[in-house]
Amino acid sequence: MSGGQYGRFGGQYVPEALMPAIDELTDAYQRYVLENEAGFMDDLAERLETFGGRPTPLQYADQLSDRYDIDVYLKREDLLHGGAHKLNNALGQVLLARYMGKERIIAETGAGQHGTATTMACAHLGMPCEVYMGRRDVNRQRPNVFRMRLNGASVTPVDIGRGTLKEAISETMRDWAGSVETTHYVIGSVVGPHPYPDLVREFQSVIGSEARDQCLEKLGELPDAVVACAGGGSNAMGTYDAFLEDESVDLYAVEAGGDSLEIDREAGVAPNSATLSTGTEGVLHGSRTKVLQDDDGQIMESHSVSSGLDYAGVGPELAHLAEEGRLAATPVDDEAALAAFHRLSQLEGIIPALETAHAFGFLEERGDDLGDTAVITVSGRGDKDLESVIEESFKRDLPEAPDLSLFTTDQGGR
Amino acid sequence: MGVDAIRAAFEDGAAFIPYLAAGDPGGDLSNSTPESAMAATADYVSALVDAGADVVELGLPFSEPIADGPTIQSATVRALQAGMTPPRYLELVESLDVDVPIVAMTYYNPIYRYGERDGVGPFVEAAAAAGVDGLIIPDLPVEESAPLERACREHDVALIFIAAPTTREDRLRAIMQRGTGYLYVQARLGTTGASRSVSDQTKHTLDRIAAYEASERHARLPKAVGFGISTGEQAATVVGAGADGVIVGSALVDIVAEGEDVVASLEELGRELKAGARAGFDRRTQ
Repeated sequence: MSGGQYGRFGGQYVPEALMPAIDELTDAYQRYVLENEAGFMDDLAERLETFGGRPTPLQYADQLSDRYDIDVYLKREDLLHGGAHKLNNALGQVLLARYMGKERIIAETGAGQHGTATTMACAHLGMPCEVYMGRRDVNRQRPNVFRMRLNGASVTPVDIGRGTLKEAISETMRDWAGSVETTHYVIGSVVGPHPYPDLVREFQSVIGSEARDQCLEKLGELPDAVVACAGGGSNAMGTYDAFLEDESVDLYAVEAGGDSLEIDREAGVAPNSATLSTGTEGVLHGSRTKVLQDDDGQIMESHSVSSGLDYAGVGPELAHLAEEGRLAATPVDDEAALAAFHRLSQLEGIIPALETAHAFGFLEERGDDLGDTAVITVSGRGDKDLESVIEESFKRDLPEAPDLSLFTTDQGGR
Repeated sequence: MGVDAIRAAFEDGAAFIPYLAAGDPGGDLSNSTPESAMAATADYVSALVDAGADVVELGLPFSEPIADGPTIQSATVRALQAGMTPPRYLELVESLDVDVPIVAMTYYNPIYRYGERDGVGPFVEAAAAAGVDGLIIPDLPVEESAPLERACREHDVALIFIAAPTTREDRLRAIMQRGTGYLYVQARLGTTGASRSVSDQTKHTLDRIAAYEASERHARLPKAVGFGISTGEQAATVVGAGADGVIVGSALVDIVAEGEDVVASLEELGRELKAGARAGFDRRTQ
């Protein structure tokens, strides 16, 4: 039995050609990350502070607190360099690759946030970088494609399937199968074969450990609820990790409910990405976890208005924690997330990523029964989503959206 | 049939092992039904056996074929679109009228999900009953293979592991001890797909395995080399370098994809590959 088991979930389901590299990474994780060999973790902490801007603040949200009649605190990962929590992991892994003597970095990206963070880290550390991105996501997230190119990375569109994160991960694994001797694959979430789910959680756990300290400092006590959005689950796992042993703290994972939770098995399409809420046990991209699949074990095409949550799998540790009842998974649909996007922009002056907006959609639905104090991770900022938010708001005639008709070029044409 | 039949297929020292994606209707999907795609695969298998195939590997398509290059990815997409499913796959195997061992190649999730309960037992049982003699699961390293090994042992199905150019001695030991049927030697790094030349990596990998076998008397398995072999000359080179057989997939899948005179073309290339393997064997043993 391999390492990396979370109850029934986890493991190492990858081609033999990759196993030596996985073993090498497991060894490097143990030495550099867990044991701080060669001062690796000190080096990383210094770079996260000076290059990344850590620590990020824990902010009291006046308007939201008024609206829901609880104390709402925001963990502002949107203020991290690059505009999302993704840099915590990307910088950690690219630095680790350098300590391991690797010469090249590859990565997949969905929304482009992980790809952007990886290319920034690669430019910062002088490593060549290639990012795989589904064709559909390339079209949905153009600003991030430009940012990656500006950082000197190559971006390779993936045309297979629906052209989203699932296909991008598969294609990056294929690159790795041929380049494994010199190349490190920077996975962007707590998914994949062991040791990736552990490694990514470890790099992201800075979110929760800072937030927990900040709570104790500001409030003198722990919050009643901790809320994060979850696709693959890296900001969620990073937020929860420090609170796992605090039994009084309820953990909420907000998933993308998409258009609907109904699944069209005949067409192989799940019009959502609510893997924890509706998925079944399977093996995808190297680990045993909850996946969206049909009766024959074929992985279904998922959907979410936010590219970063649009994935048919989820981290194995999250699947385990959900099954154990340590966290509650709740879907929030596209429309509620879009409404929350506008609400947060108008009430707090924070334009969130569409992924993050799902967590605030949950707050709107459940804000009155989360106890006295809630911490919500603002996993990223929404600049990358402006085009799709304007398009989707117009299409749906959202009451929460400001009047944008003056500024759209093809009024009513959509 | 079963494990012994696979071992027996290597008796002449130069086995030819073709791979096809089961239920791949080829280029034109418009008139294909699941039944016609399955019938076409059965015809192609017969043609390859007529050409001298000693074992046939049949791919059961999975939606995320991470170990496959563009040729077999496309075949996978075509087969799924044409309606191939695990139950139909087993029907197809059962309907085959050939006397060579059949090896199913697929990924872990479809066999894990097969049947009413989770776990690999139901698939292996049904596969053995349908006439599957061996399994190759490219995303299943020895770390995770214990449950499948048990099921395969129970139903006399060979579990064939892949040895890669990156596989070092400690892992090779585990693979040689736990694998049955034959050892799938990955000719080069990367994904499946035809390539112009057979790399030096292949020779090095075969030499390392031979050195290992010389040191461990009990650990012998026939060695079949795959990934990138598409011509008789390449087959001769690989068998000449010490392989007991060659596995050819993408070059044959390309013929199916083109859709012109498929049966005749498969037979022609099949004969060339079998003759190449024999020539390599003669070269080595002279």
